[in-house]
Amino acid sequence: MWLKLAALLTRPATKYVFIALALVFPLVAQNEYQIYVMASAFVWAIAVYGLNIITGYCGQLNLAHGGFFALGAYTLGLLTADYSWSYWPAFVAALAMTAVVGFFVGIVSLRLKEHYFAIFTLCVGFIMYMLMDKWEELTHGPVGVRNIAPPNGFGLVDFTETTPIYYLVLVFLMLTMWFIGRLSRSLLGRTFTAIRNGDELAQSLGINLMRNKVLAFVLSTTFAGLAGALYAGMVRFIGPEDANVLHTFDMITYLLVGGIGTLSGPLVGTIGIVWLTQSLQFMEEYRMILFGPLLVFLVIFFPRGIVGSFLSWLHRRTQGKAEAAAKAQQSRDTTGRRVNNNA
Amino acid sequence: MLRIENLTKMFGGLAAVKDISVEFEANQVNAIIGPNGAGKSTFFNLVAGSHKPSSGRIIFDGEDITTLRCDHIAQRGVGRTFQTTNLFEQASVLDNLIVGHRLRTRSGLWDVLVNSRRLQQEEKLSREKAREALDFVGLSHVENRFIADITQEERKRVAFALAMATDPKILLLDEPAAGVNPEETDGLAQLIRKMKDHGLTVCLIEHKMDMIMGIADKIMVLDHGEKIAEGAPEQVREDPAVIEAYLGSDDDAAA
Amino acid sequence: MNILLQNLINGLTLGSIYSLVALGLTLVYGILHIPNFAHGALYMVGAFMTYFFMVDLGAHYWIAMLGSGAVVAALGVLCERLVFHPLRHSPPIHDKIAAIGILLFLEALVQMLWGADFRRMSSPFTGVMNIQGLIIPEQRALIIAGAAVLVVGLQLFLRRTMTGSTILAMAQNREGAFLVGIDANRVAMMTFAISGMLAAFAATLYAPINLVYPAMGHLVIMKAFVIIIIGGMGSIPGAVIGGMIIGFTEALGGFYLSNDYKDVIAFALLVVILSIRPQGLFTKGAH
Repeated sequence: MWLKLAALLTRPATKYVFIALALVFPLVAQNEYQIYVMASAFVWAIAVYGLNIITGYCGQLNLAHGGFFALGAYTLGLLTADYSWSYWPAFVAALAMTAVVGFFVGIVSLRLKEHYFAIFTLCVGFIMYMLMDKWEELTHGPVGVRNIAPPNGFGLVDFTETTPIYYLVLVFLMLTMWFIGRLSRSLLGRTFTAIRNGDELAQSLGINLMRNKVLAFVLSTTFAGLAGALYAGMVRFIGPEDANVLHTFDMITYLLVGGIGTLSGPLVGTIGIVWLTQSLQFMEEYRMILFGPLLVFLVIFFPRGIVGSFLSWLHRRTQGKAEAAAKAQQSRDTTGRRVNNNA
Repeated sequence: MLRIENLTKMFGGLAAVKDISVEFEANQVNAIIGPNGAGKSTFFNLVAGSHKPSSGRIIFDGEDITTLRCDHIAQRGVGRTFQTTNLFEQASVLDNLIVGHRLRTRSGLWDVLVNSRRLQQEEKLSREKAREALDFVGLSHVENRFIADITQEERKRVAFALAMATDPKILLLDEPAAGVNPEETDGLAQLIRKMKDHGLTVCLIEHKMDMIMGIADKIMVLDHGEKIAEGAPEQVREDPAVIEAYLGSDDDAAA
Repeated sequence: MNILLQNLINGLTLGSIYSLVALGLTLVYGILHIPNFAHGALYMVGAFMTYFFMVDLGAHYWIAMLGSGAVVAALGVLCERLVFHPLRHSPPIHDKIAAIGILLFLEALVQMLWGADFRRMSSPFTGVMNIQGLIIPEQRALIIAGAAVLVVGLQLFLRRTMTGSTILAMAQNREGAFLVGIDANRVAMMTFAISGMLAAFAATLYAPINLVYPAMGHLVIMKAFVIIIIGGMGSIPGAVIGGMIIGFTEALGGFYLSNDYKDVIAFALLVVILSIRPQGLFTKGAH
């Protein structure tokens, strides 16, 4: 009974139910604030999807992710506020900026193995933070950037309102998930996963390590930039604190809680934790007292997070049942039902 | 098939592999034996391109591959397995194997975005290759199980299948029978023979002498990075230099 | 001329502190292959413990330093037992994330108990030494001397005592050490204790000329990572030399280039070095 119910969740049709829920959410929300919180959770989820590409699929812990998020936000903010670009060209420029910087950081940092890569990216993220904080002529320093243009609705919609921006962010989230879903099932996604299993093994399979790692890294930083640009257009005020490494740690927590390397994990983890911290107001400041031990607990006992653990459980159960059935019938032609591991 | 000329690898001031010349012929099972630290694994790493030799040449199928990167060497048809193969534990056996044929496919990011015909065809092909390889190693019945749920011996076979899915001409197997019981060792030996019957060339490092004597067409013995003997199993077994090398070290005395 | 000398003294002071922090980090890396991101938090807790013993309990500076060393050493051991030991067979990404978890927890805890304010901590050594026009505050002299004593002491401990040599043996060859019957658990706990103690001592030495606040470990730990990458991860002399390199570059760069960007210098140096030599400055070849 539970098994059947659980298996329903992995059906392709289930996603339409969730899309419908997301679409009606602003109608059932009790106030505007809830819509706003949900929209910001979606923005973070997009960034976490980016992190999942390089850290989840490819297995390289990137600690500069928050820096790239801020880079996207700053590119958009400065272009619209100081150089009077309109939103959408600046949006494209923000994506291009994070992709290009990601490419150059990638070709240097991805030659480094495991720990070195993590430490190197930690330093890169910090350099980004320092530049935003100290390079006052360009970034306004600690004061931050004000008067950022909202997304241009061409007179049709007003994106300074909460509900329209919610739907805008939702559209980008769905595009992101659609792309990542396709990526993770493709040969390219499998190539990334092979790299996570080990550099040596991947190379013995004829995989070009550098090219694939750099591609994964650029994809991940571009999604960080996309999230950053949406964030800047939504809050319309940014500062160097947006590049604080704590945001990277937040995103790692979302990813780990939801399920690293899974397709719906980033969304589940982000929405879950964002709402948890929102509902416990006092936690805003001290959330790390719970997050810290939570991270430790997860990597020790549930390294695959909510979604990963659920899928493993489901797979074992259906597989076990299928094999038992096959044995009972003593026939070779019954094969186990496959659970789509990409759910 | 695979010709090694004066191959040397220095680490710091020490020679891990010293001036080895040898030729492995096509469609044979070749074994490399020697005490621990004799340079066997380094030799494999040199052939597969993980290490670059300090001097010497490696000729594979008439082509000089000495300076090629590992992934290019793999594309030329050199497959390999490792002593331990790190697979994705929480994914099915088949899912782990599909990437094996990736090197014979070309679709990239753009194909993913537009879901191109090429991508669909190549994914189908890779899946077929994975099934074929799984069938070859006799594991079709566990294709949907998680890697975490299969036995040690089945893991070894999955690692073989992964290498097989790359469509190699030669397979380098690093201690394929380490950590499995005698019965399973026989099974793996049969599998290696089957590879040979299918036209593959096999090169293996192994400590289990009985297994090697049973399947190898040719044996090369290394000691302290140098080749001290080479030839048919019976020949090598009687070689005084080999006996000396093995008696001189505690390792493998029992083998 | 005098200004240069003054800056060199400043560089030596900074270098001494960095070396002590980096030593703890490199020891843990050498033995357990964990890049302990929580090390900066241990440093921070060290400063707060000394503050607590001195200000709240009225202990003398030296007593407070010893007390803080003991508490942080115990904390290090606790981390090893509760977190890193259970993760010893996990993929390497897991202990990094766990270390980050410890860091977040300790920082939030300290912030909850003491608040996020910046605090001053005084030490009995407030005087100034004047050597022919060269001004050296006593606390800075103490830092330099204290660090020298600790480095020499650590060397003696590692080379001359049985426990020390087992640690060195395990750093050089984990499997080998296991085979000759070294108790790996004991060595791991010992290493974490030493590492924590060094961090606490460094924080206590440095705090009187700096400020005490929950985020004080951030920059220090990142610089310590830069140092051990430059010096070769796991190398003890490398940590000291790397610490001095960063200390001097920062003091001189902060003065002659730009004070605003002095904190970036270390990271820029790392980026340049790793771009040219991905394996670090002092490590030989690839493994």
